[in-house]
Amino acid sequence: MNKDFDRRDFLRLAGAAAALAAAGCATAPATKARVVVIGGGFGGATAAKYIRMWDPAIEVVMVERANIFTSCPISNLVLGGSKTMEDIRHRYDGLRKYGVQLAFDEATAVDAAKRVVKLERGGDLAYDRLIVAPGIDFMFNDISGYEDAMKANRVVHAWKAGAQTIALRKQLEGMKDGGVYVLSVPLAPYRCPPGPYERACQVASYFKKAKPRSKVLILDANPDVTSKGPLFKKAWAELYPGMIEFRGNSKAVGVDAKTGTVRLEVEDVRGDVLNVVPPHRAGDIAVKAGLITANNRWCGVDWRTMESAAVKGVHVLGDATLSAPLMPKSGSMANQHAKICASAVVAMINGRAPNPEPKIANTCYSFVSDDEAIHVASVHTWDDKDKTLKTVPGSGGVSAARNELEGRYAWAWAVNVWQDTLG
Amino acid sequence: MRIALVCAAAIVAAAPLAVSAQERNPGRDLAASCAMCHGTDGRGAVGYEPLAGMAKADLVRKFTEFRSGAKPATVMHQISKGYTDPQIQLIAEYFSAQKK
Repeated sequence: MNKDFDRRDFLRLAGAAAALAAAGCATAPATKARVVVIGGGFGGATAAKYIRMWDPAIEVVMVERANIFTSCPISNLVLGGSKTMEDIRHRYDGLRKYGVQLAFDEATAVDAAKRVVKLERGGDLAYDRLIVAPGIDFMFNDISGYEDAMKANRVVHAWKAGAQTIALRKQLEGMKDGGVYVLSVPLAPYRCPPGPYERACQVASYFKKAKPRSKVLILDANPDVTSKGPLFKKAWAELYPGMIEFRGNSKAVGVDAKTGTVRLEVEDVRGDVLNVVPPHRAGDIAVKAGLITANNRWCGVDWRTMESAAVKGVHVLGDATLSAPLMPKSGSMANQHAKICASAVVAMINGRAPNPEPKIANTCYSFVSDDEAIHVASVHTWDDKDKTLKTVPGSGGVSAARNELEGRYAWAWAVNVWQDTLG
Repeated sequence: MRIALVCAAAIVAAAPLAVSAQERNPGRDLAASCAMCHGTDGRGAVGYEPLAGMAKADLVRKFTEFRSGAKPATVMHQISKGYTDPQIQLIAEYFSAQKK
């Protein structure tokens, strides 16, 4: 055991040392600066890895409350029954190979003036630059009765993968044949635009095999399907005829746990399984850190660096950002935000100007059955006139038709993006 | 002892990176987008073509054939239309310089 490593590292990480898995190569070569990353999702984990990959002299500490990664992409297939929770859970150990230090702890506050993150158990963690990648939290109060109904296990969102995914699958398994599964979709922007419609396919796929008299009822606050509309509608009609009903302009305003109803603005709709996805905003720590700049919900950023528009020295990634035009909130995009950010952070710490014209690409796959998928793709590039990322005219698009080849690509995408994100 | 060995390996592996950290890396930054499907630095992905170590000319040819529609694709014909010729050159240069 290296004596220097012991002494210096424990001094530097004083306070947080107990919570940190401080093994690795943090002392060699000498550290230029410490970057703290809050959140180990697609954005945070990718940023942590890429900063270490591109400049191993920068120390990176990633703070994450869960000691295992659970992927939202592919979680709809767990609901459909063709994949399991084991398939979407991944360990964080791969990041240690890059020398990322992992602190499994809760970030409770950020003091941007002192450049310190406060941890629930690990004390104060000092940083030179901070990356906040908290994902989303829900605006439960927008739907009356929601929290009580959720506590009574009468409504689920399953819009963060994990315990909620398991709970929804269990409710679907327990539902009688001939029952109604209600899926309520919030107004855009929300996490994963095609996600609800993929979920409708997956639940219908399960019903078709296990409870063929059952129905999927989509109550969408938006006027129409928000992503890949014609492709989803064709899949619903051809693969699950008579099983999926779509109602637009149907915003949920309340949930009644006792009667099993979703209250819309003009009527009540009863269901046997209530999957109501509340509107969301940037995760709690972004609110506490003063990073919210738009509609009390989202964090504005400089897309060349992902640095917060509100707080210098703090970068924000992923679903928590105020999205650039036509940019979806997706795991893909978070992974790409992270690379813009990693490049900029490495440049800034090394006293260089960040890349002045970043460009990133997005591909979102959706499974419409166990083995067929469709995609939407886009390329986003810096626009110096409007100071944002914009899609490149003529680029991007959707699948010509659902097909099994894209189903294989979709699964491989998941495996590869997990690897690219987690090591 | 084991930690010391791992650290030594990391220093050796990190040497070229430490140099590149001092300068701008437009090719690296553009190529990082591809990693989501094709693997970090174009290596180790399943089900997608490995890009690391492919000859630069081959990379440029494939990318431009996707863009023109000469080479059929499910997604790459749409992605490739977002990139200019000089950007394709930079991406191809980066991946061709990576070890397989």
